[in-house]
Amino acid sequence: MNNIMSGAQIVVEALLEQKVDTVFGYPGGAVLPIYDEIFKQSKIKHVLVRHEQGAIHAAEGYSRSTGKPGVALVTSGPGATNSVTGLTDALMDSIPIIVLTGQVPTFMIGNDAFQEADTVGITRPCTKHNWLVKDTNILGKTIHEAFYVSTNGRPGPVLVDIPKDVQFASGSYLKKTDFTPKRYKPKTKPNSDLIFKAVKAFENAKNPIIYSGGGVINSGDNASKLLRELVHESDFPITSTLMGLGCYPASKKNWMGMLGMHGTYEANMAMHDCDFMFCIGARFDDRITGKTDEFSPNSTKIHIDIDPSSINKNILVDIGIVGDIKTTLQAFLKLWRKRGSKSSMSKSWWKTIQGWRAVNCLKYNKSKSSIKPQYALQRLEELTKNTDRYVTTEVGQHQMWAAQFMGFEEPKRWMTSGGLGTMGYGFPASIGVQLAHPKSLVINVAGEASWLMNMQELGTAVQYNLPVKQFILNNERLGMVRQWQELLHGGRYSHSWSDALPDFVKLAEAYGIKGICCSDPNKLDDAILEMINYDGPVIFDCLVEKHENCFPMIPSGKAHNEMILSAEEPEQEIGKSGAVLV
Amino acid sequence: MQKLFLKKGVSKKSAYNLRNPKDDKFERHTLAILVDNEAGVLARVIGLFSGRGYNIDSLTVAEVDHTGNLSRITIVTSGTPSVIEQIKAQLERMIPVHDVHDLTTEGASVERELALFKVFAKGEKRVESLRLADVFRAKVVDSTLVSFTFELTGTPEKIDAFADLMVPLGLEEIARTGVAALSRG
Repeated sequence: MNNIMSGAQIVVEALLEQKVDTVFGYPGGAVLPIYDEIFKQSKIKHVLVRHEQGAIHAAEGYSRSTGKPGVALVTSGPGATNSVTGLTDALMDSIPIIVLTGQVPTFMIGNDAFQEADTVGITRPCTKHNWLVKDTNILGKTIHEAFYVSTNGRPGPVLVDIPKDVQFASGSYLKKTDFTPKRYKPKTKPNSDLIFKAVKAFENAKNPIIYSGGGVINSGDNASKLLRELVHESDFPITSTLMGLGCYPASKKNWMGMLGMHGTYEANMAMHDCDFMFCIGARFDDRITGKTDEFSPNSTKIHIDIDPSSINKNILVDIGIVGDIKTTLQAFLKLWRKRGSKSSMSKSWWKTIQGWRAVNCLKYNKSKSSIKPQYALQRLEELTKNTDRYVTTEVGQHQMWAAQFMGFEEPKRWMTSGGLGTMGYGFPASIGVQLAHPKSLVINVAGEASWLMNMQELGTAVQYNLPVKQFILNNERLGMVRQWQELLHGGRYSHSWSDALPDFVKLAEAYGIKGICCSDPNKLDDAILEMINYDGPVIFDCLVEKHENCFPMIPSGKAHNEMILSAEEPEQEIGKSGAVLV
Repeated sequence: MQKLFLKKGVSKKSAYNLRNPKDDKFERHTLAILVDNEAGVLARVIGLFSGRGYNIDSLTVAEVDHTGNLSRITIVTSGTPSVIEQIKAQLERMIPVHDVHDLTTEGASVERELALFKVFAKGEKRVESLRLADVFRAKVVDSTLVSFTFELTGTPEKIDAFADLMVPLGLEEIARTGVAALSRG
C-alpha cells in the first residue's frame, strides 16, 4: 500500500529511497515546506551554498567524482533562473544531476506572482527533461522518474518544479520499488553485426588511434577497465578529450596526451594521419576536430556512443554503434579475442609517433625570475601526483595547462567544464567533490578572473570546514581572451584585464582561512607544500607571468596538421573565416 | 513504355535508404511523431526545431489516442540528408516521444491537407470560381451574395494550385490545416 504524506515529506522520502546523502541548496519562500522536512531529519545532509549557481556546480562536482547523481534544491523565480547556467553546463557535459525547484502555488501560476518564473519553460532547452508537478499524488513517481531519466542512457540534468501548494497537500507516495519506467528505454546493447564489422576494421588497421572521451567515464569504472585491456592487448596509441582524462592512465606508454585545440602535437598529428580511428564515448566536438572537412581525411572511423544523435552529427563515420560503452567494449573484446586478437598495426606507426613526440610540444621558456604558469602546474603535479587527489578547474588558459601538465591515472579524478566552458565552475565543483570525499586532497586549479565569478562560495567552504585548495594562477588578465586578442585582434586588449583585483591573502583572512601568495619560482615548492599540508581551506595566490600564451594550438579554421607550436613560429595568419569561429 | 526518371534514393518504394549523406541538396520530409499528450510537449518539439535551426514547413498536432493520451505530430521539414537524419535522432531521444516515422523514406504514404478559401467575386468571376471549385471537387461551405467560402481537401500541391487560380477571381482569405499523413497499407 502507498503511504499518504505531504508533498514535502514525499520529496524527502523519495530522496532517501534514492540513497541521496547530500543536497546542495538555498532556501526561499516557495520551498519552505521542503526545508521544514529537511530540518526534521538527519539522514540527508543539506549544504547551504551562497548562490544557486554554486549549488548546481557543487552537485556536478559531487556527481562527477562519485558516479552518483548530484542533487540541488532551490526556490522559485530567481532561485530557478540562477540555476540555468549550471543546468546547461551539466547538459553539455552529460552530468547526471537532479534539481528540485519550488514554484508559486498552482492557482497563482501565470499571474506574475511574487518570485514566479516559467521555470519549466526556461529550463526546457537546458535539461534532459523537466516536469512541473501539479498533483501531490504523482510527485513521488515523478521524482523517481527524474532519477531514472537523469542516470539512464546519456546522463544529463533534470529538473522537477514543485508548486508550494503541492508541497503542503497530502497525497499517496509511490515507492521506488513500485516505479517502473514506461516510456524512456534507451538502447544500451550494441548491434552484433556492427560489432563484427568494427572488429574486422580494427584487425585491418595499420595506423590506428583510439580517441576516447567522457562517455567512458560516464559508463562506469568497468568501461575504463575494458578500455585499458583493449589498449594493452592491441598496443594501439590512445588519446582522449578534455572530458575523458583519467579513463586511461597518463603514465602508460600508449598515452598520447589530450587532443584538440590545445592538445598535444603527437595526438593531433596521429588523428590526422591515422587510417583507423576508434572513437569511444566522444562526440567530435569542434574543439577536437578543427576544420571538419580536413579532419582525419584518410581514416576508417568507428564511433561508439549511447546517444544516436551524436553519431554522424559533426563527422560522418563508417561504422556508428549505438550502445553503452561498457556493454559494447565487452562485446567487442569478446569477439576480437575469439578471433585470435589479431592486429595489422604497421611497425613504423609507433616510430612515426615517436618522431612527433620528439617535437616536445609542451616545452616553454623557463624563467628564473618569474613563475611560468606551466611551471607552477608542473610543480603542483609533481608534489601531489602520488596522493589521493581530485582536481577541478575553472575555464581558460589555466584549464588547458592543467590538462596538459597534470596526469590522471583513474577516472572521476578530473572535474572540468568542457562543453559549456563555464567560468566560475571550479570553486563550487571543488566543494561538491570535497563533500563526497572528505579525506581526499581537492585542488581547484583556477585563474583569478574565473575564480572571482563564484568566490561567494568561500562562505560555504568555511561553514562546512571543507579543506579545498584554491590554486589560483593569477596573471591579472583574462588569459585566454587576451591570447586571442593578441593572435586575432592585433594585440588590442579590449577589456581583458582587471584593474581592481583583491588581495587574495587578505580575502582569505577575512573569511578566517589561510591565504598564501607566491611570486618567486624558488619558493614555489615550499609554498605548495604549505598549501597541501594545511588542514583547512586555502587560497593560493600564485602570481604568474602575465602574457604567457597557451601552446600548442590549432588556430580556428585550421586542420590538425596546422598546429602552432610556439609564439616564435613565423606568424600564421588566421583568415577571416577562422576569425569568426570561437 | 515510358522512360522513368528516378533519381537515386528518391523512389519512395526503395527498401533501402539510398540517399547520399554528403549530399547538400535540400529535401522535403514528412515526419510523423507519436508523443505523450502532456503539458509542454509541443513546446519541446518546436523548441528543438527553433533551438537547433531546423525548418518547419508545416505542422499539425492533435490527440489521436484518448485512452493512451497519445498525440500525433506531423511535421513537414526540409534540409540536407544529414540534417534530416539529425532531426530524427534528436526527436527520438526526447523523453515523451514514442515513435518517429519518416514517411518520405519509409515506403509510400498519403498526405492530405484541408483548406478554407474565402472568395469575393461578382458576375462572371463568381460563376468561374464555382466552376473551378467543381473541377477541384471543392465544397461550398458558406455563401453570401458577394462571396463564397470553399472547403478543399487534397495534397498541399493541389491546395496551392487552387489558391493560384482563385487569386485573380477575388481570393481574400485562406486558412490551411497543415499536412496530415499516413503510410500506405
